Amino acid sequence: MFGRKTKNQNLNFVQIEILPSRKTKVVALAGNPNTGKSTIFNRLTGLKQHTGNWPGKTVSRAEGEFILNDEKFLLIDLPGTYSLLSTSEDEEIARDFILFGNPDATVIVCDASALERNLNLAFQIMQITNRCLLCINLIDEAKRKGIEIDKDVLEKELGIPVIFTNARSGEGIDELKEKIYAIANRIIKPNPRKIHLRKEIQEKVDKLKPLIEKAFPGIYSSEWIALRLLEGDKKIRAAVENGNLLEMINKGLENGNGELK
Amino acid sequence: MTKKLSELRKGEKAMIVRVNLNGLTRRRLFDLGFIPGTIVSVLFESPLGDPVAYLVRDTIIALRKDESEKIEVELIN
Ligand SMILES: Nc1nc2c(ncn2[C@@H]2O[C@H](COP(=O)(O)OP(=O)(O)OP(=O)(O)O)[C@@H](O)[C@H]2O)c(=O)[nH]1
Ligand SMILES: [Mg+2]
Repeated sequence: MFGRKTKNQNLNFVQIEILPSRKTKVVALAGNPNTGKSTIFNRLTGLKQHTGNWPGKTVSRAEGEFILNDEKFLLIDLPGTYSLLSTSEDEEIARDFILFGNPDATVIVCDASALERNLNLAFQIMQITNRCLLCINLIDEAKRKGIEIDKDVLEKELGIPVIFTNARSGEGIDELKEKIYAIANRIIKPNPRKIHLRKEIQEKVDKLKPLIEKAFPGIYSSEWIALRLLEGDKKIRAAVENGNLLEMINKGLENGNGELK
Repeated sequence: MTKKLSELRKGEKAMIVRVNLNGLTRRRLFDLGFIPGTIVSVLFESPLGDPVAYLVRDTIIALRKDESEKIEVELIN
């Protein structure tokens, strides 16, 4: 489908580094809207991102630094998103960063009282990166409602570390830091449970993936792109066909870049 | 007997039976939690009746009639 232009692209396109220096490891906070991502961001960085339903809704990406065991990390607070597959416009910043920002660790922040709903996005993230962990936040609210969560079973079923937090009080934050450190430094290597595609779809994906990777060297999430093409996503298809995919991705990543605090 | 989600009134509860949409809109509704078998209820109706806020899988999601009339539900008492 995009064999024609491949040669040119190989000459013209170099994967632009998204963050100026990747000597600093990057950690992303992803999750459904209003699950406490910015509150966790503030806890880890000591900064004061706006939080709360109003006017705290995060609309652009915020960045801050934090230090763990003498190592500096760059933390990215993303706007809330329900999905990486069917995105509304205000979710695109988060989607693009999760897919193409190649973070060293992705913290999937969930609302303990709506776990089933939150796991939809969790599975989509687990599909594209192994370096992730589940942070079940608002654990105080869930306890108040009498909701009990079996952490060991979840860890076993999902294949990634699970941590309970109350970002307001700070409960669980130290454990979260430890796990972030271990994953970003490849000390822990999570083995997330993957969704198996139907055989006929998997075969198509397997054909498309190498073509995408050849046309756009160094691209991340080629399986996701293949699936978008198979689903008929017009934007992605146009970007692949005219060779602008990397430009589109990098532009998206730049647009999402809020003030560096 | 099924009815449209858009016909559900405030305080009523129903189970989603079918989502009669295709492509990205269908995917979007699934991602928002409107999956067959899920229980939904009406929380608030805007003054003009569109959009309507639903409680679905422990979260409030507002839908426009364009979408809610494509979702088939079964009333639950
Ligand atoms: N009780 C309780 N409240 C919390 C906890 N974490 C966050 N909150 C509150 O939940 C609300 C939303 O928190 P945010 O940090 O803004 O959520 P967010 O995920 O960044 O929201 P978006 O950026 O809009 O997706 C705020 O009022 C927080 O104070 C928690 O663990 N327990
Ligand atoms: Mg936020």
